[in-house]
Amino acid sequence: MTAIAANLRFGLSDSLVLARRNLSHVRQIPEKLLDVTVQPLMFVLLFAYVFGGAIAVPGGNYHEYLMGGIFIQTLTFGVMGPAMSMANDLSEGVLDRVRSLPVARSAFLVGHVLAEFAAALLGLTVMTVAGLIVGWRIHTDVPHAMAGFGLLLLVAFAMLWVGMLLGSVVRSADAAQGLVFVVIFPLTFIANAFVPSGTLPSVLQHFSNWNPVSALAAGIRTLFGNPTATPDGAAWPLQHPVASSLMWCAVLLAVTVPLAIAAYRRRTEG
Amino acid sequence: MTSTTDAGVLAEGLGKRFEELWALRDFDLVVPQGSVLGLLGHNGAGKTTTVRILTTLARPTEGRAVVAGHDVVADPAAVRTRIGLAGQQATVDGLLTARANLQMVGRLYHLPRSVARARADELLERLGLTEAADRLVRTFSGGMRRRLDLAASLVAAPPVLFLDEPTTGLDPRARVELWELLEELVRDGVTLMLTTQYLEEADRLADDIVVLDGGRIAAQGSPAELKARLGGERHEVTVGSADELTSAALALGRFASDEPAIDADAGLVVAPVRAGVALAEVVRALDAANVDTTDLHRREATLDDVFLTLTEPTETTTEIAA
Repeated sequence: MTAIAANLRFGLSDSLVLARRNLSHVRQIPEKLLDVTVQPLMFVLLFAYVFGGAIAVPGGNYHEYLMGGIFIQTLTFGVMGPAMSMANDLSEGVLDRVRSLPVARSAFLVGHVLAEFAAALLGLTVMTVAGLIVGWRIHTDVPHAMAGFGLLLLVAFAMLWVGMLLGSVVRSADAAQGLVFVVIFPLTFIANAFVPSGTLPSVLQHFSNWNPVSALAAGIRTLFGNPTATPDGAAWPLQHPVASSLMWCAVLLAVTVPLAIAAYRRRTEG
Repeated sequence: MTSTTDAGVLAEGLGKRFEELWALRDFDLVVPQGSVLGLLGHNGAGKTTTVRILTTLARPTEGRAVVAGHDVVADPAAVRTRIGLAGQQATVDGLLTARANLQMVGRLYHLPRSVARARADELLERLGLTEAADRLVRTFSGGMRRRLDLAASLVAAPPVLFLDEPTTGLDPRARVELWELLEELVRDGVTLMLTTQYLEEADRLADDIVVLDGGRIAAQGSPAELKARLGGERHEVTVGSADELTSAALALGRFASDEPAIDADAGLVVAPVRAGVALAEVVRALDAANVDTTDLHRREATLDDVFLTLTEPTETTTEIAA
């Protein structure tokens, strides 16, 4: 019993030491945090003040509508950080060093997850503050607002694991970056993240209605009491955005966590 | 716990297969505690595979190995507490400072924070990196990185140390400095296993040498034994045309301690020099045999010569007199 407790304690402390290593990288290369700080800020300002004037949201204020989309878009791009740091570490000798030490094999993975989750928290904070500045407000009661932030954390966690999986299977960090752009860009733009999907041509509208990004953005808007601009007769996920958001997160985690762990084990088997 | 009579490293019938290819096969080894083993071989000979198995980074396909008293497959965690590894690819983190790298390793050995810090400072001092302690490792030269890598492998003062090509890519001065450092460690009682492509390095540091070729042990012995068999000087003769190779080999054979080897593609004959032979005698003999010698020189044996001798039957005619 005490041996298990000691293992657990060492496992946790090892993970923290390794997470701290990832965070120190940020101190050396602060640009690493651009994607969770400046980039969302830029998107908030760009859409709120540049495109926003030209976009009409049925039944509401565009700035209030926008934030749900920005939250989800930024968290979706959060795939990039873990993907690149995993890909980097797996292609360099650092992992050999760690593996030759008396350290639990999981500690390396957990360290990454902890550090990347901390980065996602920072990103969420930046976006929340930026949203409040451009006029976004939460209109629901405290439990709903809490649920809204809870969903954001869940999405962040799910995207993090998508990134961990990606980083464990690609050949290099550059490959990870390329792949993320090709997949995530259309996914976040052919959605209701920035414009109500009613304005899209019918084929794209269909895509957008079933796009998880749309469901997630609508889920956040619903929980914060922001306009969702969901047209009548929209697809089921948009009619039940919170339930479908939870389902999407559950599916993502159920798929990516075991696959990422398996890929990591395969890469470290030798 | 390991008793003092235990071998530092013991391997029996070790083998590692990657798909259809055996990277290592039938590898037997005993490294007594406190001694130095040099694992000599070209790229792809199986040196790194051997080190990776012995340091628990790779699982053997067959055979078994015991390092510092613990089986590498059955009890890798115990092995890891008692070994240090400096890999071929520097395994330090370029985005951390030298100090932070060593402190991290100390913390991963579960040293208390203050002890990890003190140990890091001590090792930086010992490896002459104190000045650079707070610089990012990615700004380091190759030699400094190697030294830091070595420092990282010494954090827990492990009784068995594995160094995979510790001096590859270093300039001659950095190489000598590293050798001195390793000799110091060995004086302190560390069991050291190092891989190298340099005969000279194995000669200087190792008590015993294992020559690997194509994943198998080609020769094993003390440097003196191997050198007597493989080392020494070579006569190397380049001839004008291929049909003169045999007569050149015949002429050279009279001054050789072993059969001359013919490299037909390069138009070369190489033979180990018998003690007491003057170069002038060789020139006269070649001349007398009417060999159109375009080049002749006497040089130290290289690893290539060792491998030529060890791994390939010499292409000489049987009638050459010894």
